[in-house]
Amino acid sequence: MKSKIVLFLTIVFTFLLQCTVMDFISIGSITPNLILILCVSMGLMRGRKSGLWVGFFSGLLVDMFYGSVFGVYALIYMYVGFISGYAHSIYYDNDVKIPMILAAGGDLLYNLAVYGLQFLLRGRLGLETYIYRIIIPEVFYTVFLTFFVYRAFYYINHHFMSVTKKESESIWVLK
Amino acid sequence: MKNLKKKIHFHINLKSKHLLGIMTLFCGSCIVGTFASGVTTAPLQEAAGLIVVPFEKSIANISSYLEGVRGNFREKEELLAENQELRAQIDSLTTENNKLIQDQGELKRLQELYELDQEYSDYPKVAAKIISKDPGNWYDTFMIDKGSNDGIKIDNNVIAGKGLVGIVTEVGPSWATVRSIIDDSSNVSAMTVSTSDNCVIQGDLELIDEGKLRFEQLYDQENKVTVGERIVTSNISDKYVEGIFIGYVSEIVQDANNLTKTGTIVTPVDFRHLKEVFVITENKQDRIKEGEKKTDEK
Repeated sequence: MKSKIVLFLTIVFTFLLQCTVMDFISIGSITPNLILILCVSMGLMRGRKSGLWVGFFSGLLVDMFYGSVFGVYALIYMYVGFISGYAHSIYYDNDVKIPMILAAGGDLLYNLAVYGLQFLLRGRLGLETYIYRIIIPEVFYTVFLTFFVYRAFYYINHHFMSVTKKESESIWVLK
Repeated sequence: MKNLKKKIHFHINLKSKHLLGIMTLFCGSCIVGTFASGVTTAPLQEAAGLIVVPFEKSIANISSYLEGVRGNFREKEELLAENQELRAQIDSLTTENNKLIQDQGELKRLQELYELDQEYSDYPKVAAKIISKDPGNWYDTFMIDKGSNDGIKIDNNVIAGKGLVGIVTEVGPSWATVRSIIDDSSNVSAMTVSTSDNCVIQGDLELIDEGKLRFEQLYDQENKVTVGERIVTSNISDKYVEGIFIGYVSEIVQDANNLTKTGTIVTPVDFRHLKEVFVITENKQDRIKEGEKKTDEK
């Protein structure tokens, strides 16, 4: 229960930071995607189900305040969290390189999904411009930010939340 | 006792892929639901707004305070250099001012000509601060610190000092979200000032860096619309009140169909450094209804 409350507060706090502080540190009007980092790290540290729920609820917050169609961001973030949850059983979570790679992949996936679902369907075909102007800069900035932010999420996960059974779930450990 | 506890405390244990399937279906039905029936999520928004908005307001306040503090620490030399610069600016501004006084006379004449005067200035306005921006890089929406308590309604037009900024899309008791006109999904019905030809202004993400908007479907058979033409919101728009300044034409090209023209316009509003906006608390529809009432009374 305690870990659920902590997780909920973390989601709300991350959303707040994303909407206010991230805007101040944006470079060339590109803001890094902190919510995505949260989904990816929780997926990696706590498994597929946690990744799914974190993605769903943070996406729901975005949908509620800024989305044009209800449920789109919830769907995208949910899948990002879920997919990064596959890394939970393969990798240990104390190395910052894994979440960085996951964040790069997740952000690419997220942006392509946003483009595909909301821009391509309205007949905006200039994918190349969007890739160079938005997607690639955002991926780099997000990965850069992951390097610093992941430690905070790691700390929150290991000090305020119940431990997920890491060893027994790992496929490399003999049972 | 232990057995009883076990009996009561049963647990639904879904496999994660089944959970994913269920949640995907849920999201899908949400998407279809909002698309097809236009079910609003207003109660949910209001509840979430109660939690989120106070924090956003305080963060916005803290950031403006920090900016003030940073301003105090500026170097003396920097200030001296700035002083010199400003003196030079005063000279240029005085000459500019003289010119503007002349322009003002012209403006008055033009306003009378287009009867924009009464329309523009007697809209009731509310000043609001921007407290947060949308989380992604794809869209351009923002949240302001005034809501239905201050008389703001959905579809209210939002302006900044020089021109049209956007339209209110969602509203809560003490907050509202605004979609700006440079947002990729925004469409504004507009007209040219000199010829009153109608066109449609669209936001385009590919043009955002240049601070431009795209316009389409301008019917201008006599080639009277040229670069520098002023574009205002049109009289036939059902959401935007008439006569709000949008921008100047910067490029204009004949379409392949030889009937209409497309091009780009430059907006005078600096969207990247927008801090405060004005919300016109009267919708076009309200105005039309009032007009109908008045004619009925007569």
